[in-house]
Amino acid sequence: MTSLPEANIERTLADANLQLAIYASTGRLMDKRKTAVSAELLPDYQELRTQANAVKKHALDNLDFYLEQFETNVQNVGGHVVYCRDGTEVADFVLKLAKERGAGLLVKSKSMTTEEIDLNERLEHHGLHAVETDLGEYILQLAEERPYHIVAPALHKTRYDVADIFTSKLGVEREIVPENQTRIAREVLREKFLAADIGLTGANFLVADSGAVVLVENEGNARLTSSAPKIHIAVAGIEKIIPRAQDLAVFLKLLGRSATGQHLTVYTSFLSGPRRNGEIDGPDEFYVVLLDNGRTRLLADNEKRQSLYCIRCGACLNICPVYRKIGGHNYPWVYSGPIGAIITPQYQGIGKNPWLPYASSLCGACAEVCPVKIDIPKLLLDLRSEVTATHPKDQKSRIERMSFRVWSWLMTKPKLFEMAGMAASTALANGCGWLRNVPAPLNIGPLRAWISQRDLPVPPPKSFRQLWRTRPNK
Amino acid sequence: MSRDDILQQVRSALGRKSGEAPPDAPPARIRIPQPDTDERIRSFVCALEGLAGKAFVADSVEEARHYAAALLENGTAVASNAPFLEQLGIRTLPGVQSGFYDRDELRAVCASAGLGITGADYALSDTGTLVLISSPEEARLISLLPPVHLAFVARENILSGLDELFAVLPMPAARTSSMILITGPSRTADIEQILIRGVHGPGHVHVVIV
Repeated sequence: MTSLPEANIERTLADANLQLAIYASTGRLMDKRKTAVSAELLPDYQELRTQANAVKKHALDNLDFYLEQFETNVQNVGGHVVYCRDGTEVADFVLKLAKERGAGLLVKSKSMTTEEIDLNERLEHHGLHAVETDLGEYILQLAEERPYHIVAPALHKTRYDVADIFTSKLGVEREIVPENQTRIAREVLREKFLAADIGLTGANFLVADSGAVVLVENEGNARLTSSAPKIHIAVAGIEKIIPRAQDLAVFLKLLGRSATGQHLTVYTSFLSGPRRNGEIDGPDEFYVVLLDNGRTRLLADNEKRQSLYCIRCGACLNICPVYRKIGGHNYPWVYSGPIGAIITPQYQGIGKNPWLPYASSLCGACAEVCPVKIDIPKLLLDLRSEVTATHPKDQKSRIERMSFRVWSWLMTKPKLFEMAGMAASTALANGCGWLRNVPAPLNIGPLRAWISQRDLPVPPPKSFRQLWRTRPNK
Repeated sequence: MSRDDILQQVRSALGRKSGEAPPDAPPARIRIPQPDTDERIRSFVCALEGLAGKAFVADSVEEARHYAAALLENGTAVASNAPFLEQLGIRTLPGVQSGFYDRDELRAVCASAGLGITGADYALSDTGTLVLISSPEEARLISLLPPVHLAFVARENILSGLDELFAVLPMPAARTSSMILITGPSRTADIEQILIRGVHGPGHVHVVIV
């Protein structure tokens, strides 16, 4: 069981450069999204969300059917489907295939699913070199760090950090211009693409009626990964299934806009099977690895099942007041932000990170921007209930429970409630005002922790109840 | 076996029986606006240029060929085997190599050519997108490895958007192993969110509407 990483969070909060980087990047992504889904540019945005939600719900409610349909259709076009329960099984499969084909180099395009199972480390451990080819992921692989953000993995790195990393890891001359840094990466990675035996990608969507994997990207590295080597392996969570190719007309419109404000990302690849008879290039072998890794655990609960609707656009991270302060690395797993706060405890078991569902102010902004309408705040509350049910002896929760008991008792006594309200408002209006200046005797323990970061506005001269009683048209 | 295990767990979580048919899926949502050809062209050009791509409307075969010749200057190009490029006289322009059917040979040529020339099966007017379907006539790497990509699309193949594409082509997999949508030049913003074009794919995209 882990607890809130307070020291690390304090460090993040105190790092002015990092705070600026997070704030500026997420802010920019958020603004671009807002424009792209505005009524002028996308008048049917809300309808698209409703449809996306309905399609995901249908696909997950009948997941076994669509998985089997997908599998049959992949086989019909000459590909293979491999089901894996966890990271060990995925690594075993890739290593076995690599050994049989005499493969020594594997190129990879960005995939959160493989991050989730530490696939690179597992392969490396057995001597199969896996090279990340998305620029951000490549920088992080060299720096030996995990992604900071679902969509913008190296969001926390400045050009100077990148210069240091490239100098020390690639032995190139120090270069601080991002354009030249990108060129360096292009050159190094171009060689890898052309030499690689296996290309390993994730999948943004698995299309059941087509047996197809859909990849969405901007750089072209996913296209190269899936087209240059003779073997293409796509690793995807079982929840990535959508029923029909036609559903992409909805999902593709939402994904790019929600992630980066692009109407479509630069490249969308719709790939089904190895190259066909007569096709000049493309892989000879095509495998889709369907990963469980905790996903079936969430399926049983009707309400929580919606956590699996996520299309990994990252919009909820960009708008989250908590993510925007504490950044991506203070979350305990590869999935950060509001979506991480709901899926991590469900994939890994609530007991592992019981503090995680509390890493939210429940402001609801995440639910508003979610393109597939996942009710994240509701799920956070459900998970909190689960935590309270499983950790009842917690010291802090005892104080909390007592406070709420007093509160609910007070709430059922209108007269008393009003008196308490008046007393509080007089106290706050007369001098104290700022909550953090509450008298010393009260400023202790958990209360101090709470009020040190918070404040209350000066209350209005008349309470709602008073106004109600004196309203003109009684 | 993991397959049966996982499927069994999925079924028991959902309360479904093996082989049980699902209820009807929500109808696919396809909404096709019908702008006229001029409007499609205008919108396509505007969208592509907004992404720093270049669009040119050729009124004749000669104009189309001249555009390619001018872009080529004295450089080298690799062209796909598309009959459309043949009709336009692109494949026989000086400096253009074409007619590759061997993967390794094609790859070597693509890796050194300065310009890749392809047809495009369709274009999407609202987003400035090219649709490339892999076939014996169109390879995957020609639009990917060279630093500049030049594509020719017939004006009657400009669709209004994604909805029309998936109406025209509800099952792309029936036709090809690879359908690629290309919307502007390759780009990244991974370092400090600074936009840089030409990461792994072409940094320049030219589209000639014929």
